[in-house]
Amino acid sequence: MDPLSASATAAEIVFDRATKRYPGRPQPAVTELSLTIPAGEICVLVGPSGGGKTTAMKMVNRLISITEGDITIDGTSVRSLDLTELRRGIGYVIQQVGLFPHLSVGDNIGTVPKLLGWPKKRIRDRAVELLELVGLEAADAKRYPAQLSGGQRQRVGLARALAANPPLMLMDEPFGAIDPITREHLQDEFLRLHRELRKTVIFVTHDIDEAIKMGDRIAILHSGGILAQYDTPDEILANPASEFVERFVGADRGLKRLSLRRMRDVELEPASSAAADAPRCKETTTLRDALSLMLTEGSHEIVVCDDGGEPVGMLSLQRVSDLLREQVTA
Amino acid sequence: MTHIVAGGPVIPNYGKATGCIVDNNSFFCTKWIHQHWSDTLQPALIQHIWLTAIAVGIGFAIAFVLSLVAHRFNWLVPPISAFTAFLYTVPSIALFQVLVPLTGITVTTIEIGLVGYTLLILFGNTLAGLRSVPPDVIEAARGMGLTRLQVLRRVELPLALPAISAGIRIAVVTTISLATVAAYITPYGLGKPIFDGLQINYHTEYVISGVLAIGLALIADGALVLVQRALTPWRRARA
Repeated sequence: MDPLSASATAAEIVFDRATKRYPGRPQPAVTELSLTIPAGEICVLVGPSGGGKTTAMKMVNRLISITEGDITIDGTSVRSLDLTELRRGIGYVIQQVGLFPHLSVGDNIGTVPKLLGWPKKRIRDRAVELLELVGLEAADAKRYPAQLSGGQRQRVGLARALAANPPLMLMDEPFGAIDPITREHLQDEFLRLHRELRKTVIFVTHDIDEAIKMGDRIAILHSGGILAQYDTPDEILANPASEFVERFVGADRGLKRLSLRRMRDVELEPASSAAADAPRCKETTTLRDALSLMLTEGSHEIVVCDDGGEPVGMLSLQRVSDLLREQVTA
Repeated sequence: MTHIVAGGPVIPNYGKATGCIVDNNSFFCTKWIHQHWSDTLQPALIQHIWLTAIAVGIGFAIAFVLSLVAHRFNWLVPPISAFTAFLYTVPSIALFQVLVPLTGITVTTIEIGLVGYTLLILFGNTLAGLRSVPPDVIEAARGMGLTRLQVLRRVELPLALPAISAGIRIAVVTTISLATVAAYITPYGLGKPIFDGLQINYHTEYVISGVLAIGLALIADGALVLVQRALTPWRRARA
């Protein structure tokens, strides 16, 4: 089957010693990058600026050509595919969004379907469906990009990238230019959307916190596009492969690891009556927030309550510390 | 209504308005305008519209192709800019005079000159319009799989439209004005009654012809503004 057909829900992406060299520069921008992104996962490329993460991503849809090595989508080399066919089968989201100012929101979303020759009605229906999916209204289809806020524009950019139901999405710092509150909101919604759609996503950011939050796997690149570590967020935070990675993830990597786990993910102790005065939290609270609450309240334990406010168990300060020293379970 | 057709520029025949002219040459003779509207002013006005439309039409076709080529091959921008600027700086009467031995006392001579003067503005504005498209919009378009031609047709040209139409407006207005001078070489358009009136020192004829040229410029400019607004609804859309 054609790996980029609209019926494919997700594709496996393999970087095979992919290298980008620019003439006249001694060091490659990306050096023999090899990694496998399982179908349906979010892989975050992260690293300092000049680390080649955007270059590596743009080699997938060949906005930047591959000098040596290869990248395959479900086993098919991107070099063997027709350029326009390749790109129409990949959702592309960039930081500045790049909406077409002269087209309505609906026509922006319908760009790729129109190129693919969909009937008009199907394009319109798809636009409405996607607008609702990304949290906008059907009536917004008639508005122009200039009439939208930054957050709304990025939602439209996301809807436009999803229009032809591509099995792969490339996202280049998609939430980088958005205020922190809206950004967090969009990140959460994207994760919810991803659980539903299960597309393969390559996500570029320079923000390690965003990488930890968004990534099923994180590839940390350092200058010259050299892969420093490729692993799950938990593994990277627990066992940084080098001093570079350790510095990059920060001295608070223990705390960051705690933010990956929620109360419902850990084994709780039975709630004792002695803890009546202890602070309370929900099952969805992260261990990091729970720890912060305990320290703020000067308590050695915290009581976890269900949605109805009934205690379901408790967690002690000592247990949090023990959990951090446990081996990575994933 | 019977009236005598006006003669050549040297021995003008003012027909029934002669009395008005003899009495009022220092002033404005509206009777003359009435009598010579259909035999002098209206034909001159229509000729003038054609002169302008053809000059701007051909000028735009040339400038459009030049800007597309320059947009694709950047190194061509300085030589094309220099050439169009050079054409623009040549004194108009001198240029028309130089062309006469080549193309004669014809409308072609006028048109070649007029087209030359539109190129600087039309080329400059069209290229500026194409270059004003934000790079992220182009990148998104290419990333979505639009071909180079589709990017040009669906993204760059629509977004360049405001700058292109601004260039056409300036070109139309300056051509209407410059075309009156061209009648010095070939008696055609509103320039003809202007030169005729000046030659025999008859105020009404050149004043009304000048007013018609100004009126034509204003109306053409206004009409182009309306066309541009109709073509770019997105420019007025604001939150």
